[in-house]
Amino acid sequence: MTNQTLAQYANLAVYSAMAVFTLAMIAFALDLASSVPRVSLAVPETQKKPVRVGADSGVDVLASPAPRDDPDRPRRRQAAGIAMMLTRLGGVLLIAAVAMRGLSVHRPPLGNMFEFALVGAMFVVVAFVAISLRRDVRWLGLFVVGPVLLTLGLAITVFYTDASELLPSLKSFWLVIHVTVATIAVALFTIAFSVTILHLVKTWLERQDPASMSRIRTIVNTALPPARSLDRTAYGIHAVAFPLWTFTLIAGAIWAEQAWGHYWNWDPKEVWTFVIWVVYAAYLHARATTGWSPRAANYLALAGYGAILVNYMVVNVYFVGQHSYSGM
Amino acid sequence: MTQSRMDTRPDESEVTLPALGPLGMLRWAWRQLTSMRTALFLLLLLAIGAVPGSIWPQRNIDAGRVADYLASHRSAGPWLDRLGFFDVYSSPWFASIYLLLFVSLVGCVVPRSKLHWRAMRAQPPAAPSRLERLPEHGQLEVDAAPEEVFQIARDVLAGRQFLGGHWLGRHSSWGRGWRLRSEGLSLSAESGFLRESGNLVFHTSLIVVIVGVAVGHLFGWRGDRIVVTGQSFSNTISGYDTFDPGPWVNTQGLSPFIVAVDKLDVTFEEHSIGAQRGAPRDFTAYTSTQTSPSAPQIHQILKVNGPLTFGGTSVFLLGNGYAPVITVRDGAGRVLMHEATPFLPQDANYKSVGAIKVSAASPKQLGFFGLFLPSEYLDQSAGPSSFFPDLKNPALALGVYEGELYPQGRPQSVYTLDTQNMTQLKGADGQPLRLLLKPGQTIALPGGRGSITFDAVQRWAGLSMRYDPGKLLALFGAVAALAGLIASLMIRRRRVFVSVRPTGARTVVSVGGLAKGEDPGLAATVHDLLSAIAQRSATQGSDTKA
Repeated sequence: MTNQTLAQYANLAVYSAMAVFTLAMIAFALDLASSVPRVSLAVPETQKKPVRVGADSGVDVLASPAPRDDPDRPRRRQAAGIAMMLTRLGGVLLIAAVAMRGLSVHRPPLGNMFEFALVGAMFVVVAFVAISLRRDVRWLGLFVVGPVLLTLGLAITVFYTDASELLPSLKSFWLVIHVTVATIAVALFTIAFSVTILHLVKTWLERQDPASMSRIRTIVNTALPPARSLDRTAYGIHAVAFPLWTFTLIAGAIWAEQAWGHYWNWDPKEVWTFVIWVVYAAYLHARATTGWSPRAANYLALAGYGAILVNYMVVNVYFVGQHSYSGM
Repeated sequence: MTQSRMDTRPDESEVTLPALGPLGMLRWAWRQLTSMRTALFLLLLLAIGAVPGSIWPQRNIDAGRVADYLASHRSAGPWLDRLGFFDVYSSPWFASIYLLLFVSLVGCVVPRSKLHWRAMRAQPPAAPSRLERLPEHGQLEVDAAPEEVFQIARDVLAGRQFLGGHWLGRHSSWGRGWRLRSEGLSLSAESGFLRESGNLVFHTSLIVVIVGVAVGHLFGWRGDRIVVTGQSFSNTISGYDTFDPGPWVNTQGLSPFIVAVDKLDVTFEEHSIGAQRGAPRDFTAYTSTQTSPSAPQIHQILKVNGPLTFGGTSVFLLGNGYAPVITVRDGAGRVLMHEATPFLPQDANYKSVGAIKVSAASPKQLGFFGLFLPSEYLDQSAGPSSFFPDLKNPALALGVYEGELYPQGRPQSVYTLDTQNMTQLKGADGQPLRLLLKPGQTIALPGGRGSITFDAVQRWAGLSMRYDPGKLLALFGAVAALAGLIASLMIRRRRVFVSVRPTGARTVVSVGGLAKGEDPGLAATVHDLLSAIAQRSATQGSDTKA
């Protein structure tokens, strides 16, 4: 039987995580805002040089790094440090929320939209923290914690489903395999989506004259790594997420064969999983073709993420099919 | 820039088009079809083409919803139907997309396999004269003699073990299959051929998946049968309610197993009060099965997610519902009909429709048509409804017709009455007669037509039998595709070049690296190679001195 008290504690953990992520988001935003020293904007045009060098550096990828890493003027990024700590704390709270939700229903918490969203948000944070252990991705924090916060907000309000048992067709160990890998893949696609957007923004900024940029653009331009590096990061994350999505597709087909007797029946969810797979496959092909610029290929990646959103938000709720597990 | 084109086919824009003969046109069309640009276009077209099938109801999934859609969209519906929007995945336009893609795939895989085969057997290219022009480059000076350093570089790249050196553990990845070529004091090494191998395996495996799907489509079949508890099903064509064979199925050769449904346990959510109330929780069918009529009976449990298998045929529990047991007697009290009649659930609370056809009634045949409600209540607007899927207040709400049940012997659904040649019985008030029966209740029909008794309620199990000889091939293809995909995305194709030249008493080692596409690890490769050569030269140098 479901333990409603424990489910309440899980919700409490979600609310706490949201509070922590809000603080982390503010700290990340403060960190980005301080990437350009306030002083440099107050001084006359002739003395603006350090800023312009920094802004220029983005244009030529081989040039020296942005001024925040300039050994002459190291920037102490206390806000970013606090933000990363808060993000980890929020991640721990999310893991606790998922664990308590799972314990309250005696099953993996992957049975309805609230639970998918919760577990997906957890994987986004875990993946971000894991990446941050290997390289400096503090510039990305705001654009990861923001979507996580949005997802959690939607999950606890719009998608919320009472803790309860599973439908018979979901009672299978394939639930853990298929849905867990799907959520990990979606988490990675989400981070890759953020990086891709930033790549497009940075490419746009790099084409502008740094001297005549507004303050906000200068800040964004300085805070972000060079476009080429953003592009590479986005591609790298997509290249990990795509095989995971392929696995999701295969595992789903095997499970469908067990549960419904056909491994592929063009159920709306299957259709959209396939569409997502095809669009990201096109993205990878476009990347491997010389005729396509990385920017054009990146639009395909954005289209792929759009399909993921449709698959989650529209198909689960509005389309009639065998994957109608939204619990709504 | 030959390197940047290693990935892809030659740029078609460079092809000028002089007057082409028919053969030339064909060749041109083939080149267009098998180009990456066309493949990309077809991929996107496939994605877009698949979408309508998720928006509009599909006949292969739910023909009833298609009929409803057509009935409520009288102007747009027929046009959508003509364009195949209700059979998207068997429509000619969808088929033409994936067939073109299939051809494009084959046209891409075959020549690339040939190229790859040749590339794998070819020697790496000679080292360029100026390594510092390569994307990654590094150099250092060591004390050892040029020939000695050259041999060290060879050994490091060949992954040869160096005893006693502490660099061994850190650089064990050097044995990753570099193929070497040396000319004088310059060395070329190439690795990562498995990337293209993986790529080709991936694409070839997709073809295998498609073949597997086609085999399943041609030789596979599916059939459905509703089995009321206490009854059994034999696997012959005549045993099925619906049977859908592939074009090349031998319908006489079905394996002759028998499944009897002894009991069906059904559980619904009772404790929740929100949207989850009444949600299905567990369906378990207790069955007695025989692999053939002469084989011994075995008791097996059939569940959702737990099919039974008989050879290559699987039996799935895909549905369930109620079958009220009804007795119809004539005016003299003789039993005209006594059986459990399955009713089809229409909503989550198992409001079910069905028909009871009494062909033995005379002078006119009798037909009852209406609803079975497991938990009956009277809804103000919808009439008799059900508030819960389990049996909390079972009731039958029926109307009665008399006349000819089977006009002209046309095939008809067992769940509906064909009332074309029938008239509805009316009550004393002149209104159509409506019967509401509870279990155990008997109601007399007007005009001495006899009576109807609702004896009891039984459950039925919706069994679905599937045979798909292509599924293992499709699975094999899918798993191989995944393996190939991982190899093609994770393995980097790299070339490194080493050149050694003396400067005075010392030796300059120069290393250049070149990768196919983006390769963040290339710099590290060049750096690691240099430091391995440096460390080993130093150690060997001190060894020889000692």
